[in-house]
Amino acid sequence: MFPRPITQLSAPSQTLYKIAVPVALFLWLLPLLGVALTSVRPASDLAQGNYFGLPSALAFENYATVFRNTPMLQYMLNSFWVTIPTVIGAITLSCMTGFALAIYRFPSNLIVFFMFVAGNFVPFQILMVPVRDLTLSLGMYNTWYGLALFHIAFQTGFCTLFMRNFIKALPFELIEAARVEGVAEWRIFWFIVIPLMRPAIAALSVLVFTFIWNDFFWATVLTNSAATQPVTAGLSSLNGQWIAQWHLVSAGSILAALPPVVMFFMMQKHFIAGLTLGAVK
Amino acid sequence: MSAYWKTNQRRLAPWLFLAPGLFMFMLYVIIPIFQSVFVSFQDWDGLGEARWIGVDNYVELMDDDAFYTSLKNNVIWLALYMLAVPAGLLIAIFLNQTIAGMRLYKSLFFFPFVISQVVVGLMFSWFYAPNFGLFYNLLEWLTGTGTAVLADDRFVTYGIIVAGLWPQIAYVMILYLTGLNNVAPDQVEAARLDGAKGWRMLWYVILPQLRPATFIAVVVTVIGALRSFDLVSIMTNGGPYGTSRVLSFYMYEQALSEYGYRMGYGAAIAVVLFAIMMIFISGFIWKMWRDETER
Repeated sequence: MFPRPITQLSAPSQTLYKIAVPVALFLWLLPLLGVALTSVRPASDLAQGNYFGLPSALAFENYATVFRNTPMLQYMLNSFWVTIPTVIGAITLSCMTGFALAIYRFPSNLIVFFMFVAGNFVPFQILMVPVRDLTLSLGMYNTWYGLALFHIAFQTGFCTLFMRNFIKALPFELIEAARVEGVAEWRIFWFIVIPLMRPAIAALSVLVFTFIWNDFFWATVLTNSAATQPVTAGLSSLNGQWIAQWHLVSAGSILAALPPVVMFFMMQKHFIAGLTLGAVK
Repeated sequence: MSAYWKTNQRRLAPWLFLAPGLFMFMLYVIIPIFQSVFVSFQDWDGLGEARWIGVDNYVELMDDDAFYTSLKNNVIWLALYMLAVPAGLLIAIFLNQTIAGMRLYKSLFFFPFVISQVVVGLMFSWFYAPNFGLFYNLLEWLTGTGTAVLADDRFVTYGIIVAGLWPQIAYVMILYLTGLNNVAPDQVEAARLDGAKGWRMLWYVILPQLRPATFIAVVVTVIGALRSFDLVSIMTNGGPYGTSRVLSFYMYEQALSEYGYRMGYGAAIAVVLFAIMMIFISGFIWKMWRDETER
């Protein structure tokens, strides 16, 4: 194990380490803690210059104000409306593409695979003008499905990379045995491979959920009204209206950050497994 | 029909499985790249008639100060963003211990990556805010005068990059923590018996084993640096006086913001950014291709 386990060191060093870790964590999360604290600070505290001390009272009404005076609830619902279909769509498509690229040998296999991988790295701006134009001409501009369709297509690139490598690591004898028995290819996919892919599906679901929930660029390019804007774009426009009302900005920020954070803590193991795919050989 | 299907099933099946995903990816990702290149040779406001103007957009770019500012900032982003790799490694080594509650500590360290960049941008704007921001006060306390980082053209890009590094370091850290978990213990023990420790141990024994993690860390960091858009848009909107623009943001500004709908010019900026990224992408793909065909 590297570095040398702390349990082999002297007692004072161990104590020092046990103090150092939470202190480092506190410093690391300082921006987050500051915003979290500001979000429950009464406006009067800010007016009196109490920015860092403990809040004079816990002002949960900041959150109530955000919900009452702004379309925050609508923004968050819009985000769910875009995110959940994207997760389902991208995972459905990539189970199939990943299966095709992992199981079958055909001449253009690697070329198709690397097209998905490379497409996944391109800057969004090179897609912006044509994708916006396509969405407009399909009559889907400023709708949740217009945004979701793009996200499904783009995420398919990353998900294909993931699924293909995952299926490739499964024991191939299973499929060969099924073929010898004369099982149809789609039944192999559905009854043999899909059940084995549960961990991959779980990992990708949380990852894609987080990526799409946190997307800002496409939200600003493909939507423009409070009725359809996801929470990232909504928060950005609210920030423009709330000049210097940091207690509201903070409460809005915390709300926008909450769903992916909850998702992360619920599905931590899968999330990290997905993110670190390929980090070990 | 069914006889044909029976004999050719295995040849047709992959393409049937690929069809929906490939269709979507072509429609929304691959074809638009070529369309963008095409648009970059046009003068087009996005609504009316497009006019073919050849390389005029690129000629105009050559003479555009804002373009050079953005390009320079992209280089700074790329260079400083790479700090995320050693910083992430450092934190990973620091945290790779088993004390009570370590799992929770690790996930809390990872926290910034889970949060939207919009929220990260707002958090750091608050952190830097003149007069009451924590960082502003810290500077005032240390040097006697506070600096409004985001309003000062000398510091603004660096200020935004620091905000970007925060989640990026968290990401690299988790990659290395996973890597460290899988370092072969017998090799470490053998090296220890030979008297290796500290830096030499890290450099000669540990880092070679962390290569896959380092590769992914470099890839995601380069891509992240060149994709930077959200933070610039949220924290400064390119200001003050356009000094914190990067190519991705400048492209958006030209093509879609209140400054005008110059789709052709915007597309030309995007093509330049794409060309820069292609240098890195082809490197990554080349390495992955080699790994794949060697196996």
